[in-house]
Amino acid sequence: MDALTAAFRLPLRSFDVDLTLDVAGTLALVGPSGAGKSSTLRAIAGLARPTTGRIALGSSVWFDAASGVFLRPEERRVGFLFQEYALFPHLTVRQNVEYGGRGARIDELLERLHIGALEDARPGDLSGGERQRVALARALAREPDVLLLDEPLAALDPHTRDTVRVDLRATLRDLALPALIVTHDFVDAAALADQVGVIVDGRLVQLGSPEELISAPVSPFVARFAGGNVLHGHARRSGGVTAVELADRTLVISTDEAEGEVAAIVYPWELTLARALPSDSSQNHVQAHVTSVVPVANRVRVTLGAVTAEVTAESAARLGVREGDLLVASWKATATRLVQL
Amino acid sequence: MRRAAFFGALLVATVVVLAFFALPIIAIFTHVSPVTLAKQLTNPVVDDALLVSLKTTLLAQALVLLLGTPTAYLLATRRFRGRFLAVTVVELPLVLPPAVAGIGLLVAFGRMGLLKTSIPFTQTAVTLAVAFVSGPLYVRAAIAAFEAVDPTFVDASRTLGAGPARTFFRVVLPLARGGLAAGEALAVARGLGEFGATIMFAGSLQRVTQTLPLAIYAEFDVNFDVTLAISGLLVLISAAILIALKVASTWTLSLQRSGFRFAPSTST
Repeated sequence: MDALTAAFRLPLRSFDVDLTLDVAGTLALVGPSGAGKSSTLRAIAGLARPTTGRIALGSSVWFDAASGVFLRPEERRVGFLFQEYALFPHLTVRQNVEYGGRGARIDELLERLHIGALEDARPGDLSGGERQRVALARALAREPDVLLLDEPLAALDPHTRDTVRVDLRATLRDLALPALIVTHDFVDAAALADQVGVIVDGRLVQLGSPEELISAPVSPFVARFAGGNVLHGHARRSGGVTAVELADRTLVISTDEAEGEVAAIVYPWELTLARALPSDSSQNHVQAHVTSVVPVANRVRVTLGAVTAEVTAESAARLGVREGDLLVASWKATATRLVQL
Repeated sequence: MRRAAFFGALLVATVVVLAFFALPIIAIFTHVSPVTLAKQLTNPVVDDALLVSLKTTLLAQALVLLLGTPTAYLLATRRFRGRFLAVTVVELPLVLPPAVAGIGLLVAFGRMGLLKTSIPFTQTAVTLAVAFVSGPLYVRAAIAAFEAVDPTFVDASRTLGAGPARTFFRVVLPLARGGLAAGEALAVARGLGEFGATIMFAGSLQRVTQTLPLAIYAEFDVNFDVTLAISGLLVLISAAILIALKVASTWTLSLQRSGFRFAPSTST
């Protein structure tokens, strides 16, 4: 398996995409909309031409500004999964898949992605999840050397999304192809990829495993993207720990070392909720009225004051959480990450 | 009371408009008995004109399709300096009075004209006149049809290994076919009715350049029943084209439907 190496600059309307990527396993680029994620995929597929840089798969060069090499999209072996799947509406499922390549493997692909029974259907008659599988089969029929997936789950409703995410992850593992996934959802990125890159205004802010991004975010932006609560304050070392004084005079204790202006980060799943101040080992407490209670799958996200806690539906029910309740959110000093500003 | 008056005014206007548009058509078919009308169709003048019209329409529309389609695709998908001017040139024959188009063709292709050819007053001249006045209708519709094809389909085709030509024939053309067919139907209708440019550029010679509309004019003082019969024939052809046009437009709609439909799978 050859790795994809890409380092290029691609001017967009309001900023330049300027990236260096090495894709061997599965890499997800996450970032807000308009960060240049889709443009990155287009540049690698040959649908957009960068001004400088080099894109290569193993030893075969697809683009090299210095020597003027630019392979056209049809000359690069990429499997591109488009955001709305871009299935040809005038062709049947089988004809769509055969567009990428013919042969005995088409039947195999139809079987493998469980769309064999749909082979005579038109894209307009398929559900979202079925369309996604047809698009994937079509991209694989090309026998690609690299997979490019643009928001592969964004066009799906929340219910289908969970199952498709699991299926897609298994498919990607089986294929063992370098894959570059673009998504605005950190949860999707963490579920699908070994490595996650956070991209803002065309630049890579941080690259690492999902765990690394969560445990050591380089900026409040990355932390917020990974789902963390971000509290700004002033840090001072005292007695082996760091005390961060927030704007409302609340003190947040962390075991991370820092001085001066910092962002204190705590993830919703590190928070525990109680009706009164607990007498356990946790050093950090925020007491506030609950402003929102949102169920997410088997969990409930409870927002009180500046923090959001995520607890199991069962705990929330036991506590009888309702909007307007006065609750205490607590967490340990070791769960507080500090990012120096 | 006021509301009733307003609705009454709308109704009266609609009835007047419908009657005004339908009356001449009804008159053509009721002026003499249908049997008399049908008998005239065997008149050699009618047969000759029909043949000239068919031949020239076929040739002219082949020209329009073969040259108009690539032109429209280029104008629809490329942005270049002078594109606006090019589109305007394509649209010019639409607003040009047909008689002016005929004179223009004459001084362009005439023996004494710009290109010094012997085309005027031949069947080729009829074909060119028809192509000149009907082509723009097709090209305009084709530009719109090509612009309506989602460029993501083109991108998808390219990443699946198809070059620009294969992408055009297998993806763009099938997706635009509804719009192309509608434009072509309009062009055929306009071409069949062509009168002004043809009589200036090609004359009205029976068996050579006399098309159906020219035969109507020529038979006007000679045999009025023949005039009526040809008119009736043209009404029927026009109606057929109008129906084809409506079918073509629903064709486009059903293909462009791309929203999600959670229909039961069709395979079971």
